Parts: sequence; structure tokens; C-alpha cells
Amino acid sequence: MLDILVSGLLLSGTYALVAMGLNLQYGVAKIMNLANGEVLVLGALASFWLFTTQNLSPLITVLILVPLSFIGNWLIYKFLMLPLVRRSKSKGALEVDSILSTFGMSFIIIGIMVSIEGGFFAYKYLSHPIEIIGSTTSVNRLMAFVLASIIALMLYVWLNVSRQGMAVRAVSVSNEAAGLVGINVVAVSGLAFAIGGMVTAIGGALISTFITLDASIGVVYTMKALIIVIMGGVGDIRGSVIAAVILGVVETAVATLVDPGLTLASAYFIFICVLLLRPQGLFGRPTS
Amino acid sequence: MRLSSVLALVAAGALSAGVALADGVIKLGAIAPKTGPLAGGAVVTQWPNVKLWVEQVNSRGGLNVGGEMMSIELIEYDDKTNPGEHIKLAQRLATQDKVDFIVAPYGTGFNIATAPIYGKYDYPMIAVSAITDKMDELTARYPNLFFTLGTTTAFVDGVKEILVEQRAAGEIGNEVAMVNVADAFGIELADRARELFAEEGFEIVYDKSYPLGTPDLSPVMKGAKDSGAKAFVAWSYPPDSFGLAEQAIIENLDVNVYYSAVATSFPAFGNAYGSKINNVLGAGGTNVDDPKIAEYRKAHEEVTGAVPDYWASANTYAALQILEQAIVGAGTLDRKVVTQYIKDNSFDTVMGDLSFKNNFSNTFWSVGQWQDGVFRGVKGSNVDGAAKVRLKDGWK
Repeated sequence: MLDILVSGLLLSGTYALVAMGLNLQYGVAKIMNLANGEVLVLGALASFWLFTTQNLSPLITVLILVPLSFIGNWLIYKFLMLPLVRRSKSKGALEVDSILSTFGMSFIIIGIMVSIEGGFFAYKYLSHPIEIIGSTTSVNRLMAFVLASIIALMLYVWLNVSRQGMAVRAVSVSNEAAGLVGINVVAVSGLAFAIGGMVTAIGGALISTFITLDASIGVVYTMKALIIVIMGGVGDIRGSVIAAVILGVVETAVATLVDPGLTLASAYFIFICVLLLRPQGLFGRPTS
Repeated sequence: MRLSSVLALVAAGALSAGVALADGVIKLGAIAPKTGPLAGGAVVTQWPNVKLWVEQVNSRGGLNVGGEMMSIELIEYDDKTNPGEHIKLAQRLATQDKVDFIVAPYGTGFNIATAPIYGKYDYPMIAVSAITDKMDELTARYPNLFFTLGTTTAFVDGVKEILVEQRAAGEIGNEVAMVNVADAFGIELADRARELFAEEGFEIVYDKSYPLGTPDLSPVMKGAKDSGAKAFVAWSYPPDSFGLAEQAIIENLDVNVYYSAVATSFPAFGNAYGSKINNVLGAGGTNVDDPKIAEYRKAHEEVTGAVPDYWASANTYAALQILEQAIVGAGTLDRKVVTQYIKDNSFDTVMGDLSFKNNFSNTFWSVGQWQDGVFRGVKGSNVDGAAKVRLKDGWK
């Protein structure tokens, strides 16, 4: 029982890292970023490459990724996404455009990554056993969970306490209304997109310490992130965190008590249930 | 005749003679994953060997085809681990690029899927990474298809033999914990293993499958640990072979026999875990002390910059050696003649003397073990230099 709880919570840390970034990008900047998984893998590649060539701790890579991924994602928003935003006449049109555009972008990123490292990013960092309240797990998973919690907390505080965070929340509710009260919607969207991408890249670096990724596996993580974001409600960090916890614990419970083969089925089953009973997600706003 | 036209004639004659001399090019087509789920494996096992062999042949001046030296022109495509894409590209190789020969695809499914189309154009396919129990059926239907890495049964037999031996030595009991990846490969092997293990009186006390790409294998490993079995067998693919090893280290799994299938033989596996995975068993194996293998491994590292894996890399290179010797021996680029030559002759390769019976070469390693930083072959068919199986002794 305890094993399930601990493993499940640690798994939700992984899932939260994967989903929070997409929540910001989709919820605020209104960009359905299908290349989200690839950005995650980019963070993992950076961590793997620096660890195996320079013996640099992934934690230092995370610090390096903070400015790098922020700037990178901001540039992507400014040059690839902004033209689409300016051009689209409706929210639906922007979604379709951003899906197509980011889908194409994901192939470009995969191609670049494959040319750097076509094989598996196989390395282990802090893979030592540690015992928490009677259950064994590894230090790297615990570290990912702790950092995921810290990031989630920081995001929540920033969004709900700071003035800029309030502007971000306003944009996620309504672009037009936010613009009317003098918020620079484009600047705020760009900021949210960049921060979202940054969180995703950091997440990638952290989970690569215990999950063996490779250049092509990004799409699996995009799908997981999508489920969590939709399930938790677009635009609210709390939703992503709670959805990640539910998913992590349920998957672990099913794997332990029933059959590990049913983890995917159980995840999608919950997803369907949430969509049927509460389509806006746990913390989402009901669509008018 | 005017002097200028005489000179022009002479020049044309000299030019055409020169062109005829340099005309000898053998077009070789190679399609395999560079992106997609199987890319990680193909990039380690397949592509470096293709590059190595082509470079070596061309640096020797090419192949002597019936008295004419012909160099190899490599045409490569990425099939993105997509069978539909692969077939499209195979069609292109045959009809547009009009290649003379092809390198067999990577992956059992891909070899079987492309056998009809390559067969239609008479390309001999010396398959390496293709493991199946249906070889008789397949080679009867596709006489151009050759197998070199063993059958599913042989794959499982290697593991079974080790379990029987260790039970007789009193190191393990009748209980085995077995898991498999829920993919065609893992399911087929697990099904076969259930039959073969049961025949020997083993009881599979923990028998679970997990989806490909599962991020958290700790429930699986905890379940295996709780079963108390002293033998653990995983019919796994690369990401999960790594994941299971990590979990086994965390849980300090108390077993005397630990086996995970694919990617255990990758140098990256040894690099990731160091001494902790000492005495872990895996699919494949090789004899690094064999001088031919040692020479091959050195050349591979020098030319491609990468260390070959300790399993199918050598077989992949051997398959290309067979193609080389068949073309040279047949003295022609006629594919039907070359295919017949492959069936009728034996070849001197890094895997030793290889020959085909019913399109099947019965020389391969099935199980290897990490012993002090080298993954040595411990079980195989018609191979020399098997190391002695050691017991797993903790995870430090």
C-alpha cells in the first residue's frame, strides 16, 4: 500500500514536469505545442551530452537550461508563432495553425537531435537506493519529485501573487478582455510560452536521470502531457498537478494490484471519464 | 582529314577509354531506421557496420567482379521505423535508383514485410536482426531471404539451458520470475518461454507484461522481488532493459540469475551501470578474444568512432562479408547468380566459416554475460569460446 503511494507520488512528479510547460503554452499563449515532447527530449539530450562528455551534473545542466531554453522558446514564439497569432481570425484558427506549425517543428527538432545523437541517451545519475517511510526508491526520482514540487509551487505563487502573474491569468481567461484593460497580450503570451518551454526542458533534463530517452520518443510524452493538461483543466497549474498525481497513483496502483500491462488503459480510461463528466477538466472554466 | 579533327578523334577515343575504366560502380541500397522507436538500436548495430564495410571495400579499390574492379556507391534512406515508409523506399531503390544489391532491413517485422518486394526484384536479403520460428515457411515462400541470427526457440533455449544448469547446481529453485514487453517481440518470446520452461518443470511465479515505454518499472520489479524467485528473466526492449536494470539495482534484487533481452549487449548498457550490472545475462554475446573479432572491433571503432555492440554487430558485418564474397565469387552482378552462390558456398567471415542450409546459417550466439566490463558469449550455436556462466552476486 505504502509502496503504491510513494511510487505513485514520485511518478506524478515526473508527469507534472512533463505537463506544466504545455499548460502554460496552451492555456496562456493559446499554442497547442505538439513539439512539447521534443523540447523535453532536448533538455534530456543536453543533460546526457554534458554528463557523458564533460562529466557535468544534470543539476548544473538545469541551471544552464534556465536562460538557454527561455530564450530559445521566446525566439520560437516571436518568429514562428507570433505571425500565426496575428494572422488568425479566431481561436479555433490559431489552434489549427499552431498544431500544424508545431507538428512540423517537432520533425525539425528530431532531425537535429538525431544528427547529434541517434542512439539512446543512456546514463544514470544518483541512481542510489533510498528508503522513504518504509518504501525503497532511487535518489534521482526523489530529486525529480522535489524539484517538480518546487517548480509547481513557484509557478503557483508567481501566477497568484505577483502582478505579472495576474496579467498572465487574465490573458488565459480572455485575450480580448485582457487587451482592453491595458495588458500587452503579445508580450505576456510570449513570456508564458518561453517559461512553459523552459519548465519542459528542465523537466526533460531531470527525468533523463532515470528514464532512458532517445530522439524519437518525444511524441509519447506530448501525448501524456496533453492528457494531463486537458484532464486538469487548461490554464490552471493546480489542475495539472492534481491530474498528474491522480494519473501517477492510479497507474502505479493498477500496475501493482492488477497488471502492469493495463497502465495505459487505466490512464486513458480516467481521461475519458473526466471528459464525459467534466469536459473542462478538474480546474478548468466551463466553456460558454 | 584535317589535323584538328584527327586530334578530336584521338581525344574522344582516349576520353571514352578512360571513362570505361572508371565505370565500375556497384550500387548498394540500405534502408533502416535513423529516427523512430527502433533508431536507437539500428544506429548502434546496423548503420556503423554498413559504413565500415563500404569504406573498407572502397579503400581496397573496390570488388573484383569478373576481372573488373568496381567500387561501392551507397544509397541510404531513413525508414523512420515505419513499415509502409520502408516499402515505399524499397520500391524506389529497385525501380528508380536501380540498385544492384541491398542491405537487409533492421528488425524482424521489416525483413518479413520487405521479402516480397525484394524477392520480386531478385535481391538477395541476408537478414541479421530477424528472429522467428517461421523460417522454413518464410524461406519456402521467399527463396531470396536468408537468416543468420537464430530462431525464437534458440533464443529462449539459451536461457532455458542456463536455468536448468543452475538448478542442477543448486543455485536456483524451480521458481522463475518472468516479465515481457507488450510488443510482438516480447509476447512471442514469453509465450515460447512459458512452454519451454514448463517442460523443464519450472514454475513461473511472477508472470507480467508491461507496455513499451513504461516510465516507471518499479511496480514490476517490486512484484518480482516479492515473489522470492532466485531467477529473473525479462523479454525486454532497449528502454525497458535499462529501466529494469536500474530498478533491480534500487531494489537490490536478490537473484542468482538475471537476464534481460535486447540492448543488454550494448556498450551503453555497460557504461550506464558500470560494475553494478556485472554478471547480468542478456541476448547475444561475442568472443572478443577471437583474433578476427578483435580485429573487426578495432577497425569498427577506428572508422566509425563507435564501439560495436556485443551481439548483432559482428553478424551484420559478417552478412556484408558474405555479400562481398558472393559477388566476387560469382564474378557477376547478376542477382540470381549471386543468390545461388550464397546458397551453395561457404564464407570466411568474422563469425567464422558460415554456410547456409535451407537459407539458414546456424552460427550465432544466443546468450551473453557481462563479465568485468566485457559482454562475453556464454551460450550459442556452432560458436567457439563460450565463457563460463557466473552467478549474479549483488548489485554493487
